[in-house]
Amino acid sequence: MFNKLKIRGGVHAEERKEQSTGQPVRTLGIPPRLHLPLRQHAGKPAEPVVKVGDRVKKGQLIATSTGEDVCASLHAPTSGTVTAIGEVVAPHPSQLTTTAITIESDGLDESLQPGEQLDPMSLTPAEIADRVDQAGIVGLGGATFPAALKLKSGARQKIDTLILNGSECEPYLTCDDMLMRERGEGIISGARLIQRAIGANRIVAGIEDNKPEAIAAMTAAAAPYADVLVQPIPTRYPMGSAKQLIQAIMGREVPAGGRSSDVGALVHNVATAYAVHQALYEHRPLISRLVTVSGQCIEQPQNVEVLLGTPVSWMLEQCGSLSQTPARVVMGGPMMGQILHTTEVPITKGASGILALANPEISKTEPSPCIRCGSCVSACPMGLVPLEMARHAKGDDFDGAKEFGLRDCILCGSCAYVCPSHIPLVHYFQFAKGELSSQRIQSRKGELTKSLAEARKARKEREEAEKAAAKAEKAAKAKAAKEAKERAKAQKAEQAQATQAQAAETEATDAPANEESGS
Amino acid sequence: MITAVAVLTLLGLALGLMLGYADKVFAVEENPIVKEVESMLPGTHCGQCGFAGCGGAAEAMVRGDASVTCCPPGGRALAQALAERLGISADLSGMASEPMIAVIEESLCTGCCRCYRVCPTDAILGSTKQIHAVFADACTGCEKCADACPENCISMRPEQQTLDTWHWPKPAAA
Repeated sequence: MFNKLKIRGGVHAEERKEQSTGQPVRTLGIPPRLHLPLRQHAGKPAEPVVKVGDRVKKGQLIATSTGEDVCASLHAPTSGTVTAIGEVVAPHPSQLTTTAITIESDGLDESLQPGEQLDPMSLTPAEIADRVDQAGIVGLGGATFPAALKLKSGARQKIDTLILNGSECEPYLTCDDMLMRERGEGIISGARLIQRAIGANRIVAGIEDNKPEAIAAMTAAAAPYADVLVQPIPTRYPMGSAKQLIQAIMGREVPAGGRSSDVGALVHNVATAYAVHQALYEHRPLISRLVTVSGQCIEQPQNVEVLLGTPVSWMLEQCGSLSQTPARVVMGGPMMGQILHTTEVPITKGASGILALANPEISKTEPSPCIRCGSCVSACPMGLVPLEMARHAKGDDFDGAKEFGLRDCILCGSCAYVCPSHIPLVHYFQFAKGELSSQRIQSRKGELTKSLAEARKARKEREEAEKAAAKAEKAAKAKAAKEAKERAKAQKAEQAQATQAQAAETEATDAPANEESGS
Repeated sequence: MITAVAVLTLLGLALGLMLGYADKVFAVEENPIVKEVESMLPGTHCGQCGFAGCGGAAEAMVRGDASVTCCPPGGRALAQALAERLGISADLSGMASEPMIAVIEESLCTGCCRCYRVCPTDAILGSTKQIHAVFADACTGCEKCADACPENCISMRPEQQTLDTWHWPKPAAA
């Protein structure tokens, strides 16, 4: 069994996890103001269903998923008043804005009345998926893909194993670890609902072996169920990536361009399973999440449960003072997280951690030329050739980079981590992927404008034809009118003639009568 | 009856062969690349390249009389694709790096309807004495509206970046 448990490539970075696991998860209070971006999931933005000035209660739907699209609903994390629906700075390295609903909390934390109580395990798979959709649950591991869609597609395909992702391979981050330690039963209960929704035969919880407490807690929670297995897996980054996890647990490789379901597996994060449990058993939509607050600049690294929409700055204040000004603030893990240029941004559904990093923690070494040592090739978990991909991206040859597997790159950063020349390899791949996507956008726009131009041309031609037809009709009408007039004139003349003739006739007939009378 | 069938069959065969022969011998030379290049161009016939529509530009490009960079609405991406198709190297330095779109200054617009009548992609919405607006998604940046505007209130600006279109810039060279 254990000979399967390895992944190709990968790195073992310094973990730095023990700082934030020293104390239990703390629930933070209610911030004075919450900003909830309409899009904090993969896909289209949600449609707001509240207006400025509306009073909302905790758990009330404030933006709804838009029909068949990839989208997730949004709920009010606490009670208060909607004060704005407008642009706020997004938690994104671009510092661009995004549309968000701003709620000013009233501190009462008044909840909605819970709906009907029934045993969630008696629901049909489709009903479970619908409730997950209504609760606005997305993949909480970081990809933020709407969970309901995954359940629906899982129900259509043949899934034999539901894998619970508890690997949490990123350094620093411990929110999943703490969740497993403290709320293992909720995770297993949520996972059994997911299992029911997709019709999987068994559940395997993959947990990296650097989390013995979490493994013990999860094993205890899974003990009553024969089809739930807790599987310790080796600690190696990026074990938390779905493809790597499937390979480690099932020994099957997801084909290039394929999905987990192609090998009969579905991967859900442990936090997502817990959110499903909360939604169905406690009638609580996704309105909060666990966030790891860590880094050298944080005096007391810890895990906190925060409401979605809480400003990062407010959250950091609540976690105690910063020991020094951070050199870099990152949302997510240090390997794949997003750099934040400001802390005046809200916590979103995908925010697993806020790291305030000091200078010694970040690499600022100037890159030097590639020496073609091949370290990146052996580190790549997807079996790609990062040095060649970067070379092509550098020369703006994006199709060349694609040939070396750019599309299969998961941007895990293992290559850049091991590069002795400190080449920003992932940065090159981000750039190349971005260029390819803008080319796609451009060509889509080209197709749209072309069809618009053709439609306009067709319309112009039709209008011309209609005009000509109308003109011809008018002319014909005029002609007909003229003819009718002429005919009428002729008729009149005829009539006049006829009456004249008649008159003459009567005169003529009268005359003999006169004659007769005269005679 | 059999004679009639035989005669007609023979006649059909003979004429068909003649037609096929004529098609080969008297074939009109038409460059298939021109068609392909034309299908790559925006197809809005805006005339910014100086040729009569996209067909004219395609012919000129294939002949080598026009540069592949002469189509502003297509932008860099199109120039690159054209250069690749035609097997030539293109100097993209003169081109604007990002596509431009028309923006109407609303405080100056009088609602004269002239701009939306000339727009080749129907990207402008408006009616008499109402402020007009441009649909950025449908605008190719052909500048026809800017030329038609009597108030001079249409300007060309690079498309605004959103979280969907933003991506990391190229890293500084190592």
